[in-house]
Amino acid sequence: MADRVGVTAPGATALADGIRAPGPVLAPGAAPGGELTLIRPARARRRRRLTITRVPRLARRAIGPIAAIALWQLVCSRGLFTSFEVASPVAVFDAARELASQGVLQSNLLISLQRVAIGLLLGVGIGVFLAVLCGLFWVGEDLLDPVIQAFRAVPILGLVPLVIIWFGVGEVPKIFLIALGCLFPVYLNTYAAIRNVDNKLVEAGRTFGLSRLGLVFKVILPGALPGFLVGLRFALVASWVIDVVAEEINAQSGLGYLINQAQSTNRIDIMFCCLTIYAVLGLVADAIVRLLERRLLVWRAAFAGG
Amino acid sequence: MAIEADQAPVGQSRAGLAVLATGVTRGFQPGRGVLCGLDLSIAPGEFVALLGRSGAGKSTLLRILGGLDPEYGGDVLVPERRAVVFQEPRLIPWLKVLPNVTLGLRRGPDGRPGLRQRSAGALSEVGLAGHARAWPVTLSGGEAQRVALARALVREPQLMLLDEPFGALDALTRTRMHTLLQALCARHRPAVLLVTHDVQEAVLLADRAVVLTGGKITLDVPVGLPRPRDPAQPAFQRLRTRLLAELGVNEHASVPAGSTAAD
Repeated sequence: MADRVGVTAPGATALADGIRAPGPVLAPGAAPGGELTLIRPARARRRRRLTITRVPRLARRAIGPIAAIALWQLVCSRGLFTSFEVASPVAVFDAARELASQGVLQSNLLISLQRVAIGLLLGVGIGVFLAVLCGLFWVGEDLLDPVIQAFRAVPILGLVPLVIIWFGVGEVPKIFLIALGCLFPVYLNTYAAIRNVDNKLVEAGRTFGLSRLGLVFKVILPGALPGFLVGLRFALVASWVIDVVAEEINAQSGLGYLINQAQSTNRIDIMFCCLTIYAVLGLVADAIVRLLERRLLVWRAAFAGG
Repeated sequence: MAIEADQAPVGQSRAGLAVLATGVTRGFQPGRGVLCGLDLSIAPGEFVALLGRSGAGKSTLLRILGGLDPEYGGDVLVPERRAVVFQEPRLIPWLKVLPNVTLGLRRGPDGRPGLRQRSAGALSEVGLAGHARAWPVTLSGGEAQRVALARALVREPQLMLLDEPFGALDALTRTRMHTLLQALCARHRPAVLLVTHDVQEAVLLADRAVVLTGGKITLDVPVGLPRPRDPAQPAFQRLRTRLLAELGVNEHASVPAGSTAAD
């Protein structure tokens, strides 16, 4: 990033024609150094930066997905794939309109959303509760943490057959699996974050007379918030993954069920439509967490200048 | 984490002292004590500077007096209202400046408004009245340390424990902080224990300078210079040289006058 300038200063101060910098005062007896090549340090090119940052952030972030969709459409209309292999964006849109006009899309989307919401709420709630228990109390850590770690090692989808035996095929097994999938990332990240809260702050809080409860609510839990939000992101992803799998295996409703049905009727466009909805839901979930971060972590953003 | 502070008042202020420590010991490894039978007393309103080489146990003593380290031997008596200012400001990053100042304070008879008013008063005393609603990250190092001072002051401490509070500040800011601290101490008259390794700072601010060597106080001298003090005074220089010698620093004649750091 530094451009080389063909100016050499052989121990003197003349820079270029006509320019004379305030000269260094050489210590008496100090020999003039060897040839010195001068460079210019990195400097921003103002005009280009300005034009890019002038476009709103949302628009900048939309450029990538829009380009991807355009490429997808281009590949399809060029006939690189048959319509039995890959559905084009236009076909996906048509399928969505068809399903929506029958009311199928709304009802199945709603039931999936409901499962994910309930499972997420339960999983995050229990995860935070356990993290606080293990993070704050040695007894909790010694007794509970090893058990939780052991359960975490069990692949959740391996539980599907067992869960069907336990709970049948209704809503309970699906919500149970989703909650379980959300619990672990939230637990792990929140627990680690609680343990990583700067001990110097805890010490300061204690010297200034905070009670144990005050320490927990004013210092430890707010300090663990960034870690919790990381866990929440993982949990959001996990919840949808488990939702799809649970609905594809045994369900009469939901987006996963819709995909499964589409497979048996060979409706590749419906399959793509459902997958696209998942992608959009993922974007929405991410946006929600970003919003939460902006709201809850203002104290951290304050110095980044927005 | 179990801190069982001896909260029962032990005899009303023995001989009118703010700190009375006798035979204090503290070791982190068996056989190698950091403090070995240290005695120190501080009078109410007295400003004592505690000097020592790094690792001498200055901060260890301060942490004991502040109630942050219960694992000590010997006997220590301190007043109930104490406040600590650490080398780093240790502001809670997710609380704005004013709630940082009021942190852990109990509401008095004047309730929450009174608490806020007193805290705002402390902030304006350190010249940061306009920063009450700022986030700590937006403050400069000097400003953050002034907030830490306000947080200590608002507690009306009978003993202020300062653990190298200006060590991380630049020279110009440090000088301004010295002036501020002197003004605040003159007004509130707490007993002060200032841990520092800066001999000039000690002679400039303190009523008494003590040197900690080998786990004991090996030198205890009153400063006794009129305020405001001028580092160019011969008496100032003499005391400085004496303290430096106690710290094991020999000033050679060739070292230009005005170098201050003891380490």
